[in-house]
Amino acid sequence: MSILARIKSFLGLEAKPDKEAKPKQEASQQEVEKVAEEKAKPRIGYIHLSGCTGDAISLTENYDILAELLTNMVDIVYGQTLVDLWEMPEMDLALVEGSCCLQDEHSVKELMEVREKAALVCALGSCAATGCFTRYSRGGQQAQPGHESFVPIADLVKVDCAVPGCPPSPEIIAKTVVALINGDMDYLQPMLDLAGYTEACGCDLQTKVVNQALCIGCGTCAMSCQTRALSMTNGRPELNEDRCIKCGVCYVQCPRSWWPAEQINKDLGL
Amino acid sequence: MVLGTYKEVVAARSTDKQIQKIAQDGGIVSALFCYALDEKLIDGAVVAGPTEELWKPAPTVAMTAEEVLAAAGTKYTFSPNVWMLKKAARQYGLEKIGTVAIPCQLMGIRKMQSYPFGVRFLADKIALTVGIFCMENFPFASLQTFISEKMGIDPSLVEKMDIGKGKFWAYTADDVYTLPLKETHGYEQNGCKVCLDYVAELADVSTGSVGTPDGWSTVLTRTDAGETIFKAAVDAGVIETKAMDDVKPGLGMLEKLATDKKTKAMKVIDDRKAMGLPVPYKASSEKEDPLANV
Ligand SMILES: Cc1cc2nc3c(=O)[nH]c(=O)nc-3n(C[C@H](O)[C@H](O)[C@H](O)COP(=O)(O)OP(=O)(O)OC[C@H]3O[C@@H](n4cnc5c(N)ncnc54)[C@H](O)[C@@H]3O)c2cc1C
Ligand code: SF4
Ligand code: SF4
Ligand code: SF4
Repeated sequence: MSILARIKSFLGLEAKPDKEAKPKQEASQQEVEKVAEEKAKPRIGYIHLSGCTGDAISLTENYDILAELLTNMVDIVYGQTLVDLWEMPEMDLALVEGSCCLQDEHSVKELMEVREKAALVCALGSCAATGCFTRYSRGGQQAQPGHESFVPIADLVKVDCAVPGCPPSPEIIAKTVVALINGDMDYLQPMLDLAGYTEACGCDLQTKVVNQALCIGCGTCAMSCQTRALSMTNGRPELNEDRCIKCGVCYVQCPRSWWPAEQINKDLGL
Repeated sequence: MVLGTYKEVVAARSTDKQIQKIAQDGGIVSALFCYALDEKLIDGAVVAGPTEELWKPAPTVAMTAEEVLAAAGTKYTFSPNVWMLKKAARQYGLEKIGTVAIPCQLMGIRKMQSYPFGVRFLADKIALTVGIFCMENFPFASLQTFISEKMGIDPSLVEKMDIGKGKFWAYTADDVYTLPLKETHGYEQNGCKVCLDYVAELADVSTGSVGTPDGWSTVLTRTDAGETIFKAAVDAGVIETKAMDDVKPGLGMLEKLATDKKTKAMKVIDDRKAMGLPVPYKASSEKEDPLANV
C-alpha cells in the first residue's frame, strides 16, 4: 500500500464516504453520537527506543488538547508506562521515539515488530528521524560497553513520516496529530518528505544552502537551533561544531530548504 | 497578483516631525512600532539596530520609542532579525513581539509559524510583522566598495543611503553622491536572484518607498491584524494617508518593479532547475501563476 493509501485507511477515509456524507440536517443527537462511536478511534502506539523521553514530554505539554485527544479522539493501545500490555497489538499509527541501537537485539526486534504491526510508522523526534546526538556514540560505556552503533529508524525499516526536533515543539506535535485526524494531507506532506532526511548536521546549511547560492542571511536557522550551536557572522550561519547535535532542525526550518507557500497562505488567510 | 494578497493600499507617512526627519521614507515602520508600544499591542520590536561599526546593523530588541528611532533608516546589508525573535521571547520575556522584516525574513518567520518543528512557544508570540519592500541586499563588503572605492567618500561622513530612480545614493551633511545601479551589479547577495517576493507578501503590513513621492511610503495592509493596527494608527493621528491614485508615480510603478523582479527570478529558477541545482520554488511550468511566490 502507498503511504497515501495507508494514511487514508488510518483515517478511515476509504471505508466511510466522508464527513460530508453524514446526515447532518436530519440526524438526531443520538444518531450523531452513534456514528462517532462506530467510527473506530485510531489506535496509536508509543514505542520508546534510544531516546530521552523528551518527545513524549513535549507531546504531553499540549495540556489544552490532551484530555480531549486521549478520551475522545485516539486510543493509546501500546506503550511502556502508558499501557499495561506486553504483547504488541496491531496499530494504526506507531510513534517511535529514539534511534535504534544495532547491538541491542531487543530494540532491533521491537522495531521490526512495529513495522509489521503498525500501518503507519512515524519517527517522532530527531533521534528517531536523524539519529541526532546518538550519532556521536562510540560505545565503551557503562551500563553496556558493547552498545555502540545508533541509527535513525529509517536505516532499518520503512518510515512513513518524520517529525524532527530535539524535542519537536508541543505545537508541531499537536498540529501533526490534528492534521492526521482531519486527513489534512497537504499539511502532512513535508513530514512524509522528511522521512528521507536521515543524515542531518548543522553543516547542511553550508553545503545545501550557502554553497548552493541560496542563503539570504535571514537568521531563521540560528533562531531555531535548540542547542545554540549557530550564530550569524556577516549574514551567514556560523556553526560551532562542538555544540551541534545533528538534529537537522536548522536546515528543516530554513526558508530555502523547502517552501510550503500554499500552507502558509492558508494559515494566514491570504 | 504581483503585489500579493492585500486588503488596501495607500500612500502614507508619519505625522511626527522627528520621525519624518530620521526615517528612510514615510517613517511607517517606526511610527507603527512606536504606536504599538504606546498602546501595549506589542511589548517590544526586533529592529535592525546600530552597532559599533557604522552601517553594519545587528538585530536589536527595542522596548521604547527611543530605541525604535535609534534603528530607523535603511541599512543595505544583513541584519538577521529572525535570529533575535527567540531571544526576544526567552531573554527579554516578551509575550507580544513586533518585528520589521524584509520579504525573505518573513518567509522564515511564516514557515516557522506553520511548521514549528524545533521552535517551541514562539509562533504565537509574533504579534506584528511590518514587512519592507526589497529588491536585493548586499554583503557589507559590497557597501564598502560602493562608498569608499566607487564613490570615494569617507564612510563615517555618510548619513543616509538610498536606492531609487536607477541610482544608489549616499548623503553626507553637505553633499549628495550617486552611483548608477549598473555599477552595483554583481555585488548583490546571490541568494536574492531567486527571490520571488518584492513587496513582503507575507507581512501583516508591508511598506516601501516605490510608488509614492519622497518622504511618503506605499503601505499595503494584508492580514486582519495588520489592517486593524494600521487603521488604529491612522485614526489616532500618528499616520496620515492619501489615496494611491492621488500620488505620483503611483501603483503602476510598484507593479512594474515587482513584475520585473519576479520575472528575472523565475528565469534564474528555471535555469537552476535545468542545471540540476536545488531551489525551493516550483519551475514556471509547474505553477498556475508563473510569478507567484511558490
Ligand atoms: C535591503 C533592503 C532593500 C530595500 N529595497 C527596497 C526597494 O527596492 N524598494 C522599496 O520601495 N523599498 C526598499 N526597501 C525599503 C526601504 O528602504 C525602507 O526601509 C522602507 O520604505 C521603510 O521606510 P520607513 O521610513 O517606513 O522606515 P523607518 O521608520 O526608517 O524604519 C526602517 C526600519 O527598517 C529596519 N531595517 C533597516 N535596515 C534593515 C535591514 N537590512 N534588514 C532588516 N530591517 C532593516 C530598521 O531597523 C527600521 O526599523 C529596502 C530595504 C532594505 C533593508
Ligand atoms: S546546528 Fe543546531 S539545529 Fe542544526 S543540526 Fe546542529 S544542533 Fe541541530
Ligand atoms: S535559515 Fe536563512 S540564514 Fe540560515 S541558512 Fe537558511 S537562508 Fe541562510
Ligand atoms: S531580494 Fe529577497 S532574498 Fe534578497 S534580501 Fe531581499 S527579500 Fe531577501
